Amino acid sequence: MGKVAIIGVGQSSFVRGYPGSIRELAFEGFKEALKDARITTAEIDASVICSAPEYDKQRSPSGVIAEYLGLTPQPTFYVETLCSSSSTGLRLAYSLVKSGLHKVVAVIGFQKMSEISSQESQERMGRGADIQWESPFGTMMPAYYAMYARAHMERYGTTLEDLALIRVKSSVYGQMNEKAVYRKPVTLEMFEDPQNPMSGPVASPLRVGDCCANADGSSCVIVANEEMAKSLCEKPVWILGIGAASAPVNLAGRDLFTGLSVAQRAAEVAYKMAGVGPKDIDVAEVHDCFTIAELMAYENLGFAKPGEGKELIRGRETYKEGSIPVNVDGGLLSKGHPIGATGGSQIRTIVLQLRGEAGPMQVKDPEIGLVHNIGGVGLYGNVTILGR
Amino acid sequence: MAQQKKEIDDRFKRFGTVSFTAITKVNEFVGFLEKGVLAGTICKDCGIKFFPPRADCYKCLGSNMEWFPIQGIGRLVTYSRLQYAPSGFEKEVPYSIALLDYGDFKVFGRLSPDLREEEIQLGMEMRPKVVSTPDGQLTYVFEKA
Repeated sequence: MGKVAIIGVGQSSFVRGYPGSIRELAFEGFKEALKDARITTAEIDASVICSAPEYDKQRSPSGVIAEYLGLTPQPTFYVETLCSSSSTGLRLAYSLVKSGLHKVVAVIGFQKMSEISSQESQERMGRGADIQWESPFGTMMPAYYAMYARAHMERYGTTLEDLALIRVKSSVYGQMNEKAVYRKPVTLEMFEDPQNPMSGPVASPLRVGDCCANADGSSCVIVANEEMAKSLCEKPVWILGIGAASAPVNLAGRDLFTGLSVAQRAAEVAYKMAGVGPKDIDVAEVHDCFTIAELMAYENLGFAKPGEGKELIRGRETYKEGSIPVNVDGGLLSKGHPIGATGGSQIRTIVLQLRGEAGPMQVKDPEIGLVHNIGGVGLYGNVTILGR
Repeated sequence: MAQQKKEIDDRFKRFGTVSFTAITKVNEFVGFLEKGVLAGTICKDCGIKFFPPRADCYKCLGSNMEWFPIQGIGRLVTYSRLQYAPSGFEKEVPYSIALLDYGDFKVFGRLSPDLREEEIQLGMEMRPKVVSTPDGQLTYVFEKA
């Protein structure tokens, strides 16, 4: 069996209040990927549509989106693992291509979060956790991650300033990313100023500046078998390793609160499959839905030992010029986090990096990149390793 | 002939500020809360203790469960104080969600609103207390032991 490649990537701008419907939103990322791959819809054998349900009214969105994108009568279906839906979509596309069932598969992620209010959105996301035993207490994503942040700070001496430094780094690259929703500079002083919205409490110890914003957006990744990739594409990017894992949904079923076991496990599988280790990674995209999530990712992916993630950000090692550049497109913190589109956007960034097409965000000559995409609060973990 | 309407046991809708579940095989959980007892289940065949309670054992695949009260002291693993709440919980802000470790199992819940922030320390000894909300819902909070 041959290798599997990514031959085209695209994403819409991530925005607040997209002035169109979900199918029109999906079209934006798809169009860019199709142009990038220089193919037509006729060359796509199947589509995988990815989002988290209940943000819009459409049930079974794969049908309407496939129709709008001109992808009928090819098979299409829907995949969701909350915030990692499109990485799971990529895993499925990989399997479809690797099995020989399809040659070229489009993975389309989307989310139009602005159809509901921020509080309704928190309620929806909260229900991505355990609705029987946790949601009745009034849970929401920032509070769950805040529980991890508190445990990490207590155990390892990580500080609020360490977390703020991650947001400061994110803003450096967010300003360079034309598709990011938040493009203003963020400084440590903003976190220290009680009048500044960045320092406002959300769920202790996390503050407004520690949290990514809801956004509307779409992404698309086009996957092909080796033969098609070589004939269609000048710079295919190969999927070298693809790992996934799950964890108990209720925190009561878990043992680790200073990191995400799903990330550790998915990384282990992906590294083994790719035959590489953390030191071989030249550029990474990690799931920074909250600042603490990026810090834990440093450790769970093996870029730092447990408890030493803070040293990477203090030493600016995860900046573009550092030893392991992370989220040099602004990450979720600056780009915004349209749930179903996020994984595809992360994959797009690494593909552009490996092709040397990342513009002002370009890391020097990377050969191997990594994408870490988490669904829920460490419920679903996906780690994908890509190479030139 | 008039069909007799079957009575539905939907007691679980009384659990928590907003319950998203009405019917479950472990509805007796609410029966225990009514008596002021927080309870989990234990598999009579293989002895595993479950909290949250389960009707079925994933290890031995049996459904031979009995209830046990959550008694004594657990240790605070971590918590977060919410200053912003999802819809349905706005009136209760601020409140803290938390996790207690009992060794064999853990319990997710809320900290008692009577606790002052400076009193709270990870690792501290706590115990659950069943309480009712102003709307008559049943829930539990963790108090300093």
